Amino acid sequence: MGVLSTVLQSRAVAALASPHGVDRFLEQVNPLWAAHEVRGRVVDVRHETTGVHPVSTLTVQPTSTWRGHRAGQHVQVGVDLPGARRATRCFSVSSAASGPGERFTLTVRAHDDGQERASVSRHLATAAPGTLLHLSQAGGDFTMHATPATPTPHPLLLVSGGSGITPVMSMLRTLLRDGYDGRAGRPVTFLHYARSAAEQIYAEELAAIARFDNHVDVRLVHTGEGGQRFSPAALARLVPDFRDTDTWACGPTGLVQAVQAAYDGSARLRVEHFKAPTTAPGAEGAEGETSFARSGLGAANTGETLLAQAEALGLRPQTGCRMGICFSCTTRKTRGTVRDVVTGEESSRPDEDVRICVSAPVGSCTLDL
Amino acid sequence: MTSTTTGTTTGTPRLTPDQLDALGAELDAIRQRVLADLGEADADYIHGVVRLQRRLEVAGRALFYLPPAWPLAVAALSVSKILDNMEIGHNVMHGQYDWMGEPGLSSRMYEWDNVCPSEQWRYSHNYIHHTFTNVLGKDRDIGYGILRMDEDQPWHPYYLGNPAYAFLLMVFFEWGVAMHDLEVENIVAGRRSLADNKALHAGIMRKVRRQAFKDYVLFPALTGPFFPLTLAGNATANLVRNVWAFNIIFCGHFPAGVATFSEEECEDESRGHWYYRQLLGSANIDGGPLFHLMTGNLSFQVEHHLFPDLPARRYPEISGEVQEICERYGLPYNTGPLGKQLLSVARKICRLALPGRRSDQAAPAAAQPAAA
Ligand SMILES: Cc1cc2nc3c(=O)[nH]c(=O)nc-3n(C[C@H](O)[C@H](O)[C@H](O)COP(=O)(O)OP(=O)(O)OC[C@H]3O[C@@H](n4cnc5c(N)ncnc54)[C@H](O)[C@@H]3O)c2cc1C
Ligand code: FES
Repeated sequence: MGVLSTVLQSRAVAALASPHGVDRFLEQVNPLWAAHEVRGRVVDVRHETTGVHPVSTLTVQPTSTWRGHRAGQHVQVGVDLPGARRATRCFSVSSAASGPGERFTLTVRAHDDGQERASVSRHLATAAPGTLLHLSQAGGDFTMHATPATPTPHPLLLVSGGSGITPVMSMLRTLLRDGYDGRAGRPVTFLHYARSAAEQIYAEELAAIARFDNHVDVRLVHTGEGGQRFSPAALARLVPDFRDTDTWACGPTGLVQAVQAAYDGSARLRVEHFKAPTTAPGAEGAEGETSFARSGLGAANTGETLLAQAEALGLRPQTGCRMGICFSCTTRKTRGTVRDVVTGEESSRPDEDVRICVSAPVGSCTLDL
Repeated sequence: MTSTTTGTTTGTPRLTPDQLDALGAELDAIRQRVLADLGEADADYIHGVVRLQRRLEVAGRALFYLPPAWPLAVAALSVSKILDNMEIGHNVMHGQYDWMGEPGLSSRMYEWDNVCPSEQWRYSHNYIHHTFTNVLGKDRDIGYGILRMDEDQPWHPYYLGNPAYAFLLMVFFEWGVAMHDLEVENIVAGRRSLADNKALHAGIMRKVRRQAFKDYVLFPALTGPFFPLTLAGNATANLVRNVWAFNIIFCGHFPAGVATFSEEECEDESRGHWYYRQLLGSANIDGGPLFHLMTGNLSFQVEHHLFPDLPARRYPEISGEVQEICERYGLPYNTGPLGKQLLSVARKICRLALPGRRSDQAAPAAAQPAAA
């Protein structure tokens, strides 16, 4: 860290820039100057696949405040959508582990625009170089760092589907970069499911990795072209003792759930979700009324998340990841019980701040929204 | 007339519940229309004001190194503080720009250049004052707990000092605003205990320390030999902001012709009645675009009270429509030049220093019909 950033991060400078903070002044000069916040500029765009839901890889030059990332981690990315609406979503870093201030890549699949919301992913996947991104530091513990597997040459298994390839690709790239002689240094099985060869992300790079003698066994399955969907039996043919193999899995909910079932609770499996498990309407505790005090709206509790119920009434609360990671949807619950849809934990404390994207009301509930 | 609306000389027009509903629907329609239209232009505007404020602040701080430029430094810093508190701070904290999703302009996160912690302000101002506007006994902005600003506040010999207290409140306005929530008058009256204030107190002290350290120690020290000059300059800038903000804010609710309400009138009130109360409880100040910018568009206090969460730059464009609506419902739309509104407020402060509930002297500056 340079002398300049040490000064800019000092308490003396913070006191001078109070109450706005140093970054509110620096950004006026250059958006890529920051003392605390992380921003980034897209410096290169590479189109991975085309079609209705194209995938692009963006190379991002972050501010010097970027502390780097461990392979498998994700970052929150805020973009300024048309109409001056900033929206934030989570994306896994797809490049090999980065150091402070180093460039990294994001690989994004464009989803369809929502009815009222423009899609963040489409905005990113079609972004031009020069686009400014509002970032967080990297986070998440879906990493290879400090796992029992790291220091020893145990075999590793990486399973992914669709755009869920990004965190495991970061792991594979890190292993190849940091391993001896461009080898992973241990047997790695890279199992990936895509709809078709045309939909295959990183096709060339994966083909090259597969060609070389580097201990990496690349298995690409194209389910729309005769490839078999995931099954425990097929996995067992590939990696007979998979339940005792350190495994990372990321992809569509269906794939991740199937993998979880196959591992039967084995601690060797770590998974990453791109989407929160959804609660169906009419779920447990779906009774009473959900009220939004500030807007004066309310409706019968459907059992869905508070966010879903608020949006159904036309409210537009602030959100980011929409799956409990970023805390941008945090809202005060003044009354009632909510269940965390990820952990199943219930909480009834009055005047408690809850993440509405992963909290479903159990009975009547009032929110300051 | 029983204690319905007070403060007006001619009885305020009463509307039937149906009329109130119709009024509410018309105003709701304006609100919806503006909300649907929010976008780049509003974002560009507030970004521009922020850019101007930041530049003025940096310029002001820097100019203290040039002693001959002292008046300029004070001017730049004063305007910076006024913009920060009014067009940016006050409005951002109302959530006027929350739709942008930008943390730097988020009502939950904005902290202003003022000793009052913004979290506390959001409660006392956004909630208490804007919900219970001009409801005696509820809206603590009526006289800030130290002044007698309404005939229905019972007189007490203490109020002989009304003009003096008002002057002091003006000079120390930011401190008055910060202390506002400690509800000192309620503690004196035994309705509130000191323990209730503990948490608030800690918040205020933290903010006070930061603000005072910056303006009265750190920046003066950085200018070395000019320490006393910089200190005096910073104090002057805070004073200018205090005097300006006090005057604009008092013109918003206390000129003659502005109505106050009783708690009973507002029980279970309809949305229409809420709008009606906001309309009658606020007053505008005439002026040009620069004046409106410097008041944070609180010169459109009527529109602000009707639509506290619409970006303030929209108030001028809807004020014609609001006046037209007032005219149709026979409601007064209180507006006037700064001088006239100030005089009217000063007169009220002096008059209410003396006992007496209602007085005919209020007549000169009665509510006007909607201006043409
Ligand atoms: C930890 C984490 C890491 C992630 N990493 C990546 C990544 O590397 N690359 C990447 O492309 N995405 C990634 N995502 C998903 C990403 O955050 C967004 O959810 C996704 O891009 C859709 O956002 P959106 O704004 O475009 O869609 P929204 O505005 O949220 O919704 C638009 C439409 O897309 C649908 N939709 C939303 N999310 C998904 C989804 N995940 N799958 C299918 N349909 C969806 C909605 O139902 C809606 O119809 C990650 C998510 C998490 C939580
Ligand atoms: S939106 Fe990120 S935690 Fe809810």
